[in-house]
Amino acid sequence: MSKKEKSIMKLATAFALTFGIVPSAFAMHIMEGYLPVGYCIAWGAVCVPFLIAGFFSIQKTLRENRKAITVLAMSGAFVFVLSSLKIPSVTGSCSHMTGTGLGAILFGPSAVSILGIIVLIFQAVLLAHGGLTTLGANTFSMAIAGPFVSFGIYRLCKALKVNKMAAVFLAATLGDLFTYCVTSFQLALAYPSEIGGVGASAVKFLGVFAPTQLPLAVIEGILTTVIVMTLETYALPELKAIGFTREVK
Amino acid sequence: MSRKRKQTIAVLLVLVCLIAIIPLFALKGAEFGGSDDAGSQMITEIRGAEYEPWFTPVMEAAIGGELPGEIESLLFCLQTGIGVGVIAFFMGRLVERKKWQDKQL
Repeated sequence: MSKKEKSIMKLATAFALTFGIVPSAFAMHIMEGYLPVGYCIAWGAVCVPFLIAGFFSIQKTLRENRKAITVLAMSGAFVFVLSSLKIPSVTGSCSHMTGTGLGAILFGPSAVSILGIIVLIFQAVLLAHGGLTTLGANTFSMAIAGPFVSFGIYRLCKALKVNKMAAVFLAATLGDLFTYCVTSFQLALAYPSEIGGVGASAVKFLGVFAPTQLPLAVIEGILTTVIVMTLETYALPELKAIGFTREVK
Repeated sequence: MSRKRKQTIAVLLVLVCLIAIIPLFALKGAEFGGSDDAGSQMITEIRGAEYEPWFTPVMEAAIGGELPGEIESLLFCLQTGIGVGVIAFFMGRLVERKKWQDKQL
């Protein structure tokens, strides 16, 4: 990261800290207008440094390997597809996946925040799904928190020498689930229960999201594994260039 | 791609379809509404009063009402289409490249 980039990062972090202290809250596709104003601003501010870091990270990846842009575009498209498919779940309601695990594993979590926010803006503006006022909170849960967990789990599995495909599966599945946990928590912060406060409220929201999301998270894990397998076969030079696959098969 | 890997992928994809479709048959008559909506019902329950969103989605404000269901599915399809198009385009190129490279060896 160059000196100029570093100073921009510092500014952004300071900005996030200033505004982020305002109590905040509502996550994964929290509907338009459902978050109090203070929370909207706070979550938005928290996202800014991540987005800037993501921008620099993508810039750096592309400067080093121009060709990686194909795989990057595919990761972005993967988010587009998965987050548009509403799938019925065991609880009798529908939900959709996030698709952010793939990009997080391949390009690192901050790069995905950019891919994620593109999708969220598309859905907020055209589909009235999620919303512009809740964009910050939704970005935080889907494009920041989830990918960071995916990335962390993938790295952990690698350190523990878990089979690579199993690691990809776990990372994508848990990242997806965590997105919804963050959403529940963001909602709970904004709407604490009268009895039990934020904690009790978080449990209630989790009760709505978690059982619905569990099978979908598994689907996301499987699909991510499948696409990584395919990419390993056909895009080996790119994967090597971005440091995903080191050894020659 | 090795034969074994191809089989694994086929099995995994069948599994995905099963996980996605089974609830539809297992829970006959279920509504399958969005879990986002379930979230807003929960807010009402916790607050003990209907919550009035303070901001209307720009699209709904622009057309002066809720987005018709058919149009909504059109836009969702558009999103899926864009994504699938990009993936398929690059995947096609990569597959052809590999074929060509293998021939060179």
